[in-house]
Amino acid sequence: MMASEFKIFTKRDVPQEEYFAPGHRACVGCGEALAVRLVCKAMGKDVIVSNATGCIEIISSLYPDTSWEVPWIHTLFENAAAVASGIEAGLKAMRRKGKIPDKRIKVVAMGGDGATSDIGLQAISGALERGHDLMYVCYDNEAYMNTGIQRSSATPYGASTTTSPAGKKSIGQYTWKKNMPEIAAAHNIPYVATASVGRPFDLIRKVQKGMQIEGPVYLHVFSPCPTGWRFKPDLSIAVAKKAVQTGVFPLYEGENGEYRLTVNIGELKPIEEYLNMQGRFRHLTDDDKQLIQERIKKEYEKLKAKCASTD
Amino acid sequence: MPERTGMEVSIALSEAVKMCKTDVVSAYPITPQTHIVEHLAELVADDEMDAEFIPVESEHSALSACLGSSAVGARTFTATAGQGLELMHEVMYIASSMRLPIVMALCNRALSAPLSVWCDHGDAMSIRDTGWIQVFAENGQEVFDMTIQAFRIAEDADVLLPVVVNLDGFNLTHVVEPIILPDQEQVDRYLPEFHYPYPLHPDKPVSMGTYAPPHLYIEVKKAQDEALKNSKQIILKAWDEFRQIFGREYNPIELYCMDDADVAVMAMGSINETVSLAIDELREEGLKVGQLKLRLWRPFPHTELREVVKSLKTLIVIDRAISFGGPGGPVCSEVRSSLYEHEGMPHVIGFVTGLGGREVKTSDFKKMVRKGVEQAEKGLEEDYEIVGARE
Repeated sequence: MMASEFKIFTKRDVPQEEYFAPGHRACVGCGEALAVRLVCKAMGKDVIVSNATGCIEIISSLYPDTSWEVPWIHTLFENAAAVASGIEAGLKAMRRKGKIPDKRIKVVAMGGDGATSDIGLQAISGALERGHDLMYVCYDNEAYMNTGIQRSSATPYGASTTTSPAGKKSIGQYTWKKNMPEIAAAHNIPYVATASVGRPFDLIRKVQKGMQIEGPVYLHVFSPCPTGWRFKPDLSIAVAKKAVQTGVFPLYEGENGEYRLTVNIGELKPIEEYLNMQGRFRHLTDDDKQLIQERIKKEYEKLKAKCASTD
Repeated sequence: MPERTGMEVSIALSEAVKMCKTDVVSAYPITPQTHIVEHLAELVADDEMDAEFIPVESEHSALSACLGSSAVGARTFTATAGQGLELMHEVMYIASSMRLPIVMALCNRALSAPLSVWCDHGDAMSIRDTGWIQVFAENGQEVFDMTIQAFRIAEDADVLLPVVVNLDGFNLTHVVEPIILPDQEQVDRYLPEFHYPYPLHPDKPVSMGTYAPPHLYIEVKKAQDEALKNSKQIILKAWDEFRQIFGREYNPIELYCMDDADVAVMAMGSINETVSLAIDELREEGLKVGQLKLRLWRPFPHTELREVVKSLKTLIVIDRAISFGGPGGPVCSEVRSSLYEHEGMPHVIGFVTGLGGREVKTSDFKKMVRKGVEQAEKGLEEDYEIVGARE
C-alpha cells in the first residue's frame, strides 16, 4: 500500500472553504454542480480553472454573475485541456523569468462527458501526452444535458436520450459506454481515478491527491442528472451510490500503473436496482437488463483482476 | 548603411520573436509555416530563447493554448497557414473578443480543395471579420519589423487585441533576403515588458469568458468594434516610434509613383514588388501610373484611402482571393464600398489573380493596367475578372 493511501477521511477533514458559490442556475438535485462544489473545496485556492462549454459553464457564469471564487476561464467546447496547457506553460515561463511570484499553481481543466469523451478527446489526449502539470476533471452525466439530453459516447447502453430514443426498432443507446478513464490511463500519466458524488470523502481525497502530483492527472466524476436520467431530484445521491454498489461505476484509482479499488463493495447488487430508479431505462425488457448485467459483471471482474495483478 | 544579413524570411521572423522575449510559442507544423516552428523549437532547445514551446496536437489546440498563456499574462506567439488557420477559425473570434493580445504569423496559403500548399490570400480573407488587427508584409525586412511592431501594438493597454502578420507562403517564407537585424537594446526600448491588466491568478481571481444574454451581447460587440477602430491611432503611433528608433517608415497605405498618377494599382503582399516593376515599365512607356500598397487590412484605413485616390481616374485592385458568386475580390469590394458614397472618387476595376501560387508576371500586371484603364473609359463589362486561368 502506498503512503498516500493511509489517510482515513472523515467529516472533519472536509475543507470548510467554498470556492463554488451558491446562487448558480443548476437544476434542482444537479449531481454535477455538487461535484464541482466538492472538487473546488478539495482543490483549494491556488488553482486556475479552464472550463469547457456545457452545463457547468452555463449555470455558473451568466454575465455579470459568477459562481467562481477561483480564477476561471471559459473559451470553447472542445479545447479546455488545450487552454489549460497554455495556462500551465505561461505560468511556467513567467515563474522562471521572475514575472510572477514563485508559487505552484495547479491548472485544472474541466468538462462534461461530451466535452471529454467526444469533441474534446483530441485536446485532452494532447495535453496528457505532453505531460503538462494539470488535472483534468470530467463531470460525467452521460449525455449532452445542456443542449437537451442528446447521447454522447459516454451514454450507457440502453439509455433513451433525445438522439438515441427508445422506439419500436430501437433499444435507445445501442453502444456501450466509452471507457474514458482507461483511455486517459493509456497515456501513462501518473494518476487516474474515478470518483462519485455518492462518495464525497473518496472524491475529495482523490482530488487532493491529484493536486499534489506533478504532471497530468485525470479524474472521472460520476454526476447523476435528474433532468436527463428521469428520476426525482432528491434521489441524486441514492442513484450515485447505487451505481457504485451495482458495479455500474466502480471507484478506483491508478497510480503510476498500479490499480486499486478505493471503495470495496463486496458482492455486486443486481443491476435492476440501479436501472429501475431511472426513467431513461424504463423501456428495457428483462432480457435487455440481463445483457447489461452480464456486461457489467464482466467489466467489473476485469477491473478487479487488474487491481489484483498490481496489488 | 546598416549591415544586412542574408537569411531566410522564416528564420528572420523567428529571430524577431526571440528578440521580443516571447514567453510561450504554441504551434503545429503546416507547410509553408514549418521553418518558423522548427527554428523557434531549435532556439528554445539551444537555450537561446527562454520560452515554453508547446508542440500541440492540432492548430485548434495551438491557438487555444495561446488563449491560456495570454490570459495569464505571458507574451504569446503562434504561426500557421491555410488549412491550419481554418481549423483555428472559431478560436480566432475568442482571442479577439476576450482581448488577448496574441501575435500570429500567417504564411498565406491557398485553401483546399484541390489541395494546394502555395500562396494566395484565401486563408487571410476567411478571417477578415474575426476582429484581429491584420497587416500584410511585402518583403523580408517588413516581416521582421512588423513582427516586432505586432507585439507592441497588440499589448498596448489601449488596444489589447490579437495581431496577424501576413506573409506570403513560399514567396516570402522560403526566400533568402537581406535583413537588417537591430540591436537587442533597440528592441527592448521599443517593446516594453508585457503587463496584462487582468491576468488569471489566484491572488486576484477573475472569471473570463462568461456568457452574455441578449441584453448584453451587442454592447460587448460594439465595444470590440470600437476597440479595433481605435487601434489605428495606436498603430500609427507605434509605426512612428518604430521609425524614430529603427529608421524605417510604415504607413497604412504605402505610395509608389503617386505624385502625378491618374491610374493606380493596389495590391497586398509580396506581389507588390512585381507590381512596382510593372509601374516602372509603364512609366517609361509614358503612362501616369502609380502604386498603392495596402499594408493595414484591419482596421481598414478608410480615410487614408479616400485621401490618396482623390486625384485618380482609375484604381485597379488586385486580389489574390475570390468571393465565390459575390463581388469578386474581397479587397476590391471593400475598396469600392469605402469610396462609394464619396465625391470625385475613381473608377474601381477588380482583377483576381495569383491563386494557388500561380505566378503573375510584370507583363501580366501591365496588361491588367491597360485593360483596367480601357474598362474605366468604356464602362465595366464585369464586376471582376479572373486573370491567368486557361480557358
